[in-house]
Amino acid sequence: MATAQVRVPEQSLTGWSGFDGLVQLISVDGQRTLGCPYWDLVADVGAPQLRDLYTDMVVVRRLDAEAMALQRQGELALWAPLLGQEAAQVGSARALRPDDFVFPSYREHGVAYCRGVDPVAMLRLWRGTGLSGWDPAAFGIATPAIVVGSQVLHATGYALGIALDGASSAALAYFGDGATSEGDVAEAFGFAASYTVPVVFFCQNNQWAISEPARLQSRASIAARGQGYGIPGIEVDGNDVLAVLAATRLALGRAYAGRGPTLIEAVTYRMGPHTTSDDPTRYRTRAEEEEWRAKDPLARLGALLRSEGLADDGFEACVDDAAEAAAAALRRGCLAMDDPEPDALFDHVYADPHLLLEDERAAYADYLAGFDEES
Amino acid sequence: MATMSLGKALNAGLRRAMERDPKVVLMGEDIGRLGGVFRVTDGLLRDFGDHRVIDTPLAESGVVGTAVGLAMRGFRPVCEIQFDGFVYPAFDQIVSQVAKFRFRNEGRVAMPVTIRVPYGGGIGAVEHHSESPEAYFAHTAGLRVVTPSNAADGHRMIQQAIASDDPVVFFEPKRRYWEKGEVDDGAPVSGVPLHRGEVVVEGSDVTVVAYGPLVATALDAARIGEEEGTSIEVIDLRSLSPLDFETVEESVRKTGRLVVAHEAPVFCGLGAEIAARVSERCFYHLESPVRRVGGFATPYPPSRLERHYLPDADRILAEVDRCLLG
Repeated sequence: MATAQVRVPEQSLTGWSGFDGLVQLISVDGQRTLGCPYWDLVADVGAPQLRDLYTDMVVVRRLDAEAMALQRQGELALWAPLLGQEAAQVGSARALRPDDFVFPSYREHGVAYCRGVDPVAMLRLWRGTGLSGWDPAAFGIATPAIVVGSQVLHATGYALGIALDGASSAALAYFGDGATSEGDVAEAFGFAASYTVPVVFFCQNNQWAISEPARLQSRASIAARGQGYGIPGIEVDGNDVLAVLAATRLALGRAYAGRGPTLIEAVTYRMGPHTTSDDPTRYRTRAEEEEWRAKDPLARLGALLRSEGLADDGFEACVDDAAEAAAAALRRGCLAMDDPEPDALFDHVYADPHLLLEDERAAYADYLAGFDEES
Repeated sequence: MATMSLGKALNAGLRRAMERDPKVVLMGEDIGRLGGVFRVTDGLLRDFGDHRVIDTPLAESGVVGTAVGLAMRGFRPVCEIQFDGFVYPAFDQIVSQVAKFRFRNEGRVAMPVTIRVPYGGGIGAVEHHSESPEAYFAHTAGLRVVTPSNAADGHRMIQQAIASDDPVVFFEPKRRYWEKGEVDDGAPVSGVPLHRGEVVVEGSDVTVVAYGPLVATALDAARIGEEEGTSIEVIDLRSLSPLDFETVEESVRKTGRLVVAHEAPVFCGLGAEIAARVSERCFYHLESPVRRVGGFATPYPPSRLERHYLPDADRILAEVDRCLLG
């Protein structure tokens, strides 16, 4: 795993500087790493919070598996699994306040879950009953962006709005290693730095953009890229939920304090396919997958909880029950989802009636009514 | 009433919109201290401050993409794209995001973004500064596309575009920026809907439909036609999406002949859509095939050739004559 020389900003809220390299608070075998200044940022995270983080991760993994199964059974047209990225998503999302606003890409089911979105609503996009599934303002999270990188500019604009309003919240944009090659991401970095807006750029480097390895997007560390824009970068172990929580808190703290954008690269791994239409055996090795399986984010936190006596069989059973109940509710909700009526085609294209569209709506309704008359 | 140029009228309209709604913010390249390369935003930075008039980095996708985020935050951004040929870097954000956001979010998110684009030729400019890309945007569901041809319409329509909860691509005929007209700057915005076209000159022999920079050209053609004994009715479309087809249809039913003129290439231009709809809706009123006059199927030429590329009154009249011959 590449470790670049990335520094915590000198003006960081807690005042330390000069921490180089990958931020990790829990080692791969589930032990607390000592001496990392980022521990200060999660000093309040005790046993209950650790158990909650673990529960979140188990539940979102179970929901993800259920959605995969629903796709295989023909109930969803497609699914983009988050398997392997639970710590990156839960750790960052649990750092947010309700008044922050998230701009996800299309794989952030774990983030949406943490924001309070009903998982059944997340399926609408993938079942094809809608192009989204929830009210962004109600949950503080935009609906999925499928054009990679496009949402990073939206987050920057939203953050500019926060600054213009004189508010002290932040916007957080999720994007992948592939998106970092998009011009929109580069433009977002430029705008955010120029205007010093309260935005966190959260890159989940899951090593693969469908079949293209991260090294095809960039030969240098993604976290280091911010420095050319004057944006501090943090490279964090994306499979370490505590380290992700700490890094995101640091970045959000800078945003709230008016210190501008921060770029976080969460180094993680997409353990599953890009989507249910993908076949990773065509482009990556079993050995590589095994190497990352050993760094599984759930196993790591589970080992820590066990080794510190914070989890026992009873706790595990409770978590599993919660996950199974969530999965069952997801399945029930999915199967109960009806197709929209044809007239919905014409709704919400415009705020005010549009002459052409209203003509087409009426003509198509007449056309459909013709079938009723025939039968 | 005051006499002012189209550019000044747009400036005054922007000022009114900003006074009316504190959520209106302007953003674009060189719009602040410079007042825009055409001075359309002149004086607005001074009077409203840099939190309302925002000079941006040189990144058109960035301008429009950040406007999307501002709109989600409750702002009403007005983006300036400096020249027509520079709108393409923003094409993805306009077509894939601005246009689709409301539909994608089932009406839960409004996208009241106005994108101002000075367009068209005739100013002797270098490449990428004279194009007419309106058909790309009119083709895209979710956008409204409008273009004023004169100062009074510019003053009214820019305020209506900004007040609209739909995204509006607002094409400004740059070679007409300096042409003057009567504007009532103090009056409330009139009740003419934003999508409504107008019969500018009535006639009985042939209808000429034009918009933006070619309305004045069509009026020239009508004057010459009158001297030559041909009565030409001129329609200023004003709105390209939606099209005010009622106004066009009513006129064609009267004259039986139609010429559509625009600077954009004829192929797949607005004229094609209008011709198709006329044939669908008033075929039996037509005395001759619908004729189109516009740019050629070439890239925009060097400026010493543009007088051959841009339709002038004579080229419009040549098509009028062909209509009259049957």
